Amino acid sequence: MSTLHTVNKSPFEKSSLESCLGYAKAGSAVLMYEDAVYGAIKGTAIADKIAAADGVKFFVLGADLKARGVAEDKVAAGIEIVDYSAFVNMAVENDKVQAWV
Amino acid sequence: MKFAIQVNEGPYQHQATDSAYQFAKAALDAGHEIMRVFFYHDGVNNGTNLTTPPQDDRNIVNRWSELGKEHNLDLVVCVAAAQRRGIVDEGEMQRNGKSAQNIADGFRISGLGQLIEAGIQSERLVVFGD
Repeated sequence: MSTLHTVNKSPFEKSSLESCLGYAKAGSAVLMYEDAVYGAIKGTAIADKIAAADGVKFFVLGADLKARGVAEDKVAAGIEIVDYSAFVNMAVENDKVQAWV
Repeated sequence: MKFAIQVNEGPYQHQATDSAYQFAKAALDAGHEIMRVFFYHDGVNNGTNLTTPPQDDRNIVNRWSELGKEHNLDLVVCVAAAQRRGIVDEGEMQRNGKSAQNIADGFRISGLGQLIEAGIQSERLVVFGD
């Protein structure tokens, strides 16, 4: 059973991304969107925690990066930039969707 | 695949309803079914027809109504959350002695059972909120 975790809070403001990292099992996916896109920026304490999460795939919504003026080259290696269509596909491909609202 | 969507936040205050709309559109464009969109908590404010946003801004309420009409979506507003926030249809107006109704085109007021049913009958329930 794989889960798509959706996180929409900045990890520099709320702890939901870190909570999610504690629960996400190998084989699951984490999508950062809305203010959570700040968690995808390289060179932060959160980036280290994301890099250390074994077997979990990380994605960030490109439209929300752009809306916040975060350039794509600021995104940490290993985090894939996706669009809404890919968001939908991830919801289909995983067995369930868990929103960390 | 059969999706259900839950929206917990109102328009122009939080991105949740914008994200939910973009997700719904992408899902429909990909040929998926959305069996219900359930508006809960402040999300019921997406279902008022009294909003008049500036013309150069997106009209969040009309956008849901239009998507609903185009794809025959079941746009459901939670009754208890609606009563608290003044979202009223014909039945609620008469039942509660109100002077007007304001439910937007394509929306209907119903109960939490509709959310539970959406969770059971859909293959994925995707939640957007604060």
